[in-house]
Amino acid sequence: MLEYLLSFLILTGATLTFIGSLGLLRFKDFYMRLHGPTKATTLGVGSLLIASALFFSSRNVGISLHEILITVFLVITAPVSAHLLAKAALHLNLHSFAKMPAKSTKREEGTDDDAMDTQTPEEKSSSSDTDVPRKPV
Amino acid sequence: MLGSVIPIALGLVTAAVAMSFWRLLCGPSMPDRILALDTLYINAIALLMLLGIHLGSALFFEAALLIALMGFIGTVALCKYLLRGDIIE
Repeated sequence: MLEYLLSFLILTGATLTFIGSLGLLRFKDFYMRLHGPTKATTLGVGSLLIASALFFSSRNVGISLHEILITVFLVITAPVSAHLLAKAALHLNLHSFAKMPAKSTKREEGTDDDAMDTQTPEEKSSSSDTDVPRKPV
Repeated sequence: MLGSVIPIALGLVTAAVAMSFWRLLCGPSMPDRILALDTLYINAIALLMLLGIHLGSALFFEAALLIALMGFIGTVALCKYLLRGDIIE
């Protein structure tokens, strides 16, 4: 019974890892490519690590907790590195295939646009030197 | 059952390593290459875990933990370099 569970977990983990790297290879755009490794590969490696923990817990005496440690570390650090990578890509103004968000229609006039206009110099003055304004691609 | 599943999983993860290495070689921009390195170390952890189950030895955990730590620090350092032009200010 445990062997079937282990086989299922190992196959799922390896397939998810494969799918994540396939996404890294095949997608067109950096922002699309960021999705594959940060989600699929992390889940796949987590599943493989849980399979390993079950295997060594059943084999030796006592529970094997090293893999749980690695899993927790990976799950914590994957969003942080993805966030930093996306921030670096935005900083470098990488080309994106996504469309710009559609401009709001001019049905309601006045207040919203004025609020937007008054916000912009304030943002300019308050933004630090690192924030390069994004140009629409 | 496990003896027949683990070679398949090893093949799949090795293909994943090859694909991320290809992205590392011909990534068009710098964040692509950093992302490929990130994927590469995660795949290396998966490969080590599979090898640990296959060989039945518990010696690979410390190596995997070290790879996870150092890979994350490397990713953060490279991203900080791209963002600020410097790592430690």
